[in-house]
Amino acid sequence: MEKAAITASDLTKMYGDRAALSHGNFVVPEGSICGFVGPNGSGKTTTIRMLLGLITPSGGTATVLGESISHPEKYLPFVGAMIEGPAFYPALSGRENLKVLAELGGFPLSRVDQLLEKVDLADRGGSKFKTYSLGMKQRLGIAAALLPNPKLLILDEPTNGLDPSGIQEVRGIIRDLADTGTTVFVSSHILSELEMICEYLVMLREGKVIFSGRTQELLSGQKPIIIAKPEYEVDLNTLAKKLSESGFTNSIVNGSLHIEAGQEASAAINRMAFEAGITLASISVVLPTLEETFFEMTGEN
Amino acid sequence: MIRVVIAELRKLRRPSLLLGTIATVGGLTALFTSIIFLMIDSENGNSERGERISAAELSNPTGLINGFQLVGVFLGIVSLCIFASQTAQEYSLGTLRNLLVRQPSRMKILAGKFIAMKLFALVMVLFAGALSIAISYALSGRAKVDTTSWGTSAAMQLLFENTLNIFISTLCYGAFGMILGLLLRSPISAIAVGVLWSLILENILGALVKSTVKWLPGFNFQNLSSGGGLNSSYKHSLAISLGYLIIGGGLAAILFKRRDVAN
Repeated sequence: MEKAAITASDLTKMYGDRAALSHGNFVVPEGSICGFVGPNGSGKTTTIRMLLGLITPSGGTATVLGESISHPEKYLPFVGAMIEGPAFYPALSGRENLKVLAELGGFPLSRVDQLLEKVDLADRGGSKFKTYSLGMKQRLGIAAALLPNPKLLILDEPTNGLDPSGIQEVRGIIRDLADTGTTVFVSSHILSELEMICEYLVMLREGKVIFSGRTQELLSGQKPIIIAKPEYEVDLNTLAKKLSESGFTNSIVNGSLHIEAGQEASAAINRMAFEAGITLASISVVLPTLEETFFEMTGEN
Repeated sequence: MIRVVIAELRKLRRPSLLLGTIATVGGLTALFTSIIFLMIDSENGNSERGERISAAELSNPTGLINGFQLVGVFLGIVSLCIFASQTAQEYSLGTLRNLLVRQPSRMKILAGKFIAMKLFALVMVLFAGALSIAISYALSGRAKVDTTSWGTSAAMQLLFENTLNIFISTLCYGAFGMILGLLLRSPISAIAVGVLWSLILENILGALVKSTVKWLPGFNFQNLSSGGGLNSSYKHSLAISLGYLIIGGGLAAILFKRRDVAN
């Protein structure tokens, strides 16, 4: 059995009658990159704050790096975190802001310049935080999270405000850390990003964990779709009707037919089109993406 | 805890706060000390509430500290504002979560912050004292004040006692500001409530019901600054001030320790 970096067992947080997280059970294996997804208000940030000892759970238990979350002082020196966007002192420079946190955590000040270099802020380290762009603020937040040379890195929406090259850099940093054995627990709205880097996923909906496990397990459990594109668009409705008559559920999406069926049905569909005098320009089987799966499972549109 | 103090001092020495404090404290000290010497012959008085301090009185050892003593209560108000904003800004900026991730012991954060701000307040008081003395010497000639007794051991003793009293008073005002910062979690609200209460509401209350004066926090903090005798003894003011700070500080510390950090 894999060793766990994070475990949650019936973890619950109530605000009055409303459950921000209700009986959450999940495991994040050590050394993995685990995505944390869910619509806004589903309880992601509340969960992260409980794991970091900022919020007291109303019920249940959790462990981080093998220690109970009721004793955050035992594991936080090995945890790096960026929660709900970067928060720093506007009148201090980026470098000074990092030094404040380095001094507080007892980390060598020499790490500050190394990290500014790593997140591409070396030339702006002396500028006041309030003059930074959103992307620069985000990168400074990532640098702060990396200060302890963490065994576990918790990132809440790390790519917010970053341009495509910035997103790619963050992806590279996360992969590099995972290669060195760091566990990364990352929440993001950019699901295509998570699909590319996360081996594990924890999915929330309305304060409940609706999936926790391998990303591949989640995606392979979804129904595949056959996308068929007739040579002439005028044939779309005829083919859709024929397929429906044969019991295939289908819909027209952007000039193609999306048919709920697997690889085994593709020959029959091709034949059916041929018999109706329709030539298919293309036919392919695709698995739903993480984004499509997310929408299906969370009921989000 | 020493790490919290060092980190906090790094925040306190930022140029905007440091220069702003130097300018405010320097300006107030220069103003009040100058008034004593430059308005020495004014019929409207040259001290608190129209009181007159003559050249002969200023030639006594107390003359060395008159200006410094006058600015003492304002140093308290400056301290209140700094302590309140430094504490409440951690909530308004959302930086408290960063601090608590790097130092999970909330009591260490609180104690470290207080110690760092105490050091800042001490430097502020010493700066005001040094400036006031320098201005007093500079203006003594023009006001025809004999400064011979200012160098005596009696004057040094008075200077030490006065500095200590102002420092204690400044700490009381600062702790009051810190409590307000923890309770209100907004720098503007904490400063507004603290300053309004200390400078306006207590004076109105004191004027309406004279017997309340002995029991109000601001009056007692102020009484400590002047070494006692305004309306009650030094010991009484010290006890009342400590009482307020222990009860208020305890309540704020419990809230700080138990409250979820959700922003």
